[in-house]
Amino acid sequence: MSVLVWIEQTEGGAVPSCWELAGKGRELADALGVSLDAVVMGAETAQTAAAAQSYGFDKVYAITDPVLADYRLTAYAVGLQKAVEASGASVVLASATIGGREVTAYVACQLDAGLAPDAVDLRIEDGKLVATRAVYSNNILTDVIFNSDIQVASARPRSFPIPEPGAAGGEVIALDLGLGEDDIPEKVIDVKVSDSGEVSLTDASIIVSGGRGVAADPVKGFELVTALADVLGAAVGASRAAVDADYIPYKHQVGQTGKTVKPDLYIAAGISGAIQHLAGMGGSKIIVAINKDPDAPIFERANYGIVGDLFEVLPALTDAFKERLS
Amino acid sequence: MKIVVLIKQTPDTAELPNISAEEAQSGDIRATMVINPWDEYAAEEAIDLCDRFDGDAIAITMGTPDSTDALKHALAMGVGDAMLVDSSGLGEMDLSVAAEALAAAIKEEGNVDLVLTGKQSVDGNSSALFAGIACKLGYPLLSNVSKVVDIADGVITVERIVDGGQETVTAPLPAVVSVGKEINDPRYPSFMGIRKANRKKIPTISVADLGVSASPKVQWTNIRKPEARHTEVVIIEGETVQEKAAKLADALLAEKVI
Ligand SMILES: Cc1cc2nc3c(=O)[nH]c(=O)nc-3n(C[C@H](O)[C@H](O)[C@H](O)COP(=O)(O)OP(=O)(O)OC[C@H]3O[C@@H](n4cnc5c(N)ncnc54)[C@H](O)[C@@H]3O)c2cc1C
Ligand SMILES: Nc1ncnc2c1ncn2[C@@H]1O[C@H](COP(=O)(O)O)[C@@H](O)[C@H]1O
Repeated sequence: MSVLVWIEQTEGGAVPSCWELAGKGRELADALGVSLDAVVMGAETAQTAAAAQSYGFDKVYAITDPVLADYRLTAYAVGLQKAVEASGASVVLASATIGGREVTAYVACQLDAGLAPDAVDLRIEDGKLVATRAVYSNNILTDVIFNSDIQVASARPRSFPIPEPGAAGGEVIALDLGLGEDDIPEKVIDVKVSDSGEVSLTDASIIVSGGRGVAADPVKGFELVTALADVLGAAVGASRAAVDADYIPYKHQVGQTGKTVKPDLYIAAGISGAIQHLAGMGGSKIIVAINKDPDAPIFERANYGIVGDLFEVLPALTDAFKERLS
Repeated sequence: MKIVVLIKQTPDTAELPNISAEEAQSGDIRATMVINPWDEYAAEEAIDLCDRFDGDAIAITMGTPDSTDALKHALAMGVGDAMLVDSSGLGEMDLSVAAEALAAAIKEEGNVDLVLTGKQSVDGNSSALFAGIACKLGYPLLSNVSKVVDIADGVITVERIVDGGQETVTAPLPAVVSVGKEINDPRYPSFMGIRKANRKKIPTISVADLGVSASPKVQWTNIRKPEARHTEVVIIEGETVQEKAAKLADALLAEKVI
């Protein structure tokens, strides 16, 4: 028996949020009295496998195959399933990235196992996994309990702390995928990496977002938002109004129909604080609102506020941080 | 070409914050129910693809008999047909049951080339059903699709958004495609469309007729409202913008969030 974690890889190595499951996974494995295993998949896996060893996994299953060069659900689902069999996993975990969510759903169906998608907490009760989920767009919490022997969950990024890596531990075990290119129906014919170097919204510990408040000069407005984000090493977010007005691409949208984020610090500039926006960022640790309307609803959720014009406040704040962080 | 578009009826997003734990527990939601906003993109795409590639589309919802409003919305937008998969009396529903029932309904339809879905339901928030259906039907899944580039010779070519970029992928039909909101701008139903939709009879098939029996693999318990966030906002005052900015920066450094 084991707790098995898929450590997802992208071009740049392991997806950072997967390491949260090294820490949480260890807790679950200890509570169950079983081993904590990892699986890494790709055309190359050596580096991620070594990293997984340093995060304390007891066994690291490495599935290395040229057909895994690009992510394809069919191939990755087979790989995860092979690892589940090899490690005898009763708990299967992945980070709730786009890939993590669909691979876990597919494999859960294949194994007739229960699934808790996008869980915000995981624990063991009476020898079974219990996952907490935020449903109804973060307006209801529910615990998910399982009626199946194998229990599958994906965990929302930033739900658990990332442990410190230590000295290399457990062994790396090579597994065969056993698929040829002809067995995989999806063919990737072109890949465009668009965000290299950009901080991803869901992984970010700080987010600076802009809203319709930039309307007087949207280009300038988002330059100011980005300048503050750069000083703070933050990701750039936006309200739907800003996205709909084409001030910034949709991938930056925070909220119910955008991304759910959970940074330590969320700075909202020129955002009124509609419930659909709050649904996506209400879990942030500290919320700062910059708005010229003292009655904007965002102030009811914020910890700190400045009532003022974002075109003046943002550059002043950027300068203040430049001074303090240099 | 035959397209199935999967539509869910979900609470109006503006009313989601008012949903109580009791309502979530019983499933008897008192909010205004509408078409899941993400599924409008799937319905729009179904209509577009029918125009582009000479197809017929049918919208399918699984739910109780009052879930037909979402189907009527899809019909009013211009989707040709609709069907309700009646799940009343089925009790608890999870991914395995929902995927099995809808996969059975799609098989029952016959000769389906493409299954379109939204990206997520605003109540269940799973983003899982399309993967479950692909698994049960043995079709490839292309998720988060931002553009259908072409459908030709039994192969679909799409652009999809992935973490950190975008890719162009092909898959043989039949396939499942979940769409992102980049894909189109859903139309509003026209007055004529609404009248037509209201006159249309929506056939119903029950989950039992499909030979699916419920054995959910998960259950929801301890359903509750998240703790309200009690924040008292500190409005930073000062003579100048610079002074306010400096005070805020100091406060945030003291919070140790930077
Ligand atoms: C189904 C559905 C889903 C939705 N999903 C989302 C979602 O995912 N994310 C989302 O954000 N919204 C979403 N919305 C939209 C949401 O209801 C709001 O319309 C939107 O969040 C408003 O964006 P905003 O705050 O930028 O704009 P507004 O509400 O127009 O607010 C602009 C704010 O800027 C302030 N302002 C103006 N000028 C300045 C200035 N110079 N300096 C400082 N402040 C200034 C104003 O006082 C105001 O408070 C959704 C709505 C629906 C119906
Ligand atoms: N009960 C349902 N009936 C029809 N389609 C559904 C149903 N539930 C979910 N879907 C579809 O599956 C997508 C993903 O839903 P979910 O996995 O619940 O987040 C939705 O956008 C719909 O297209």
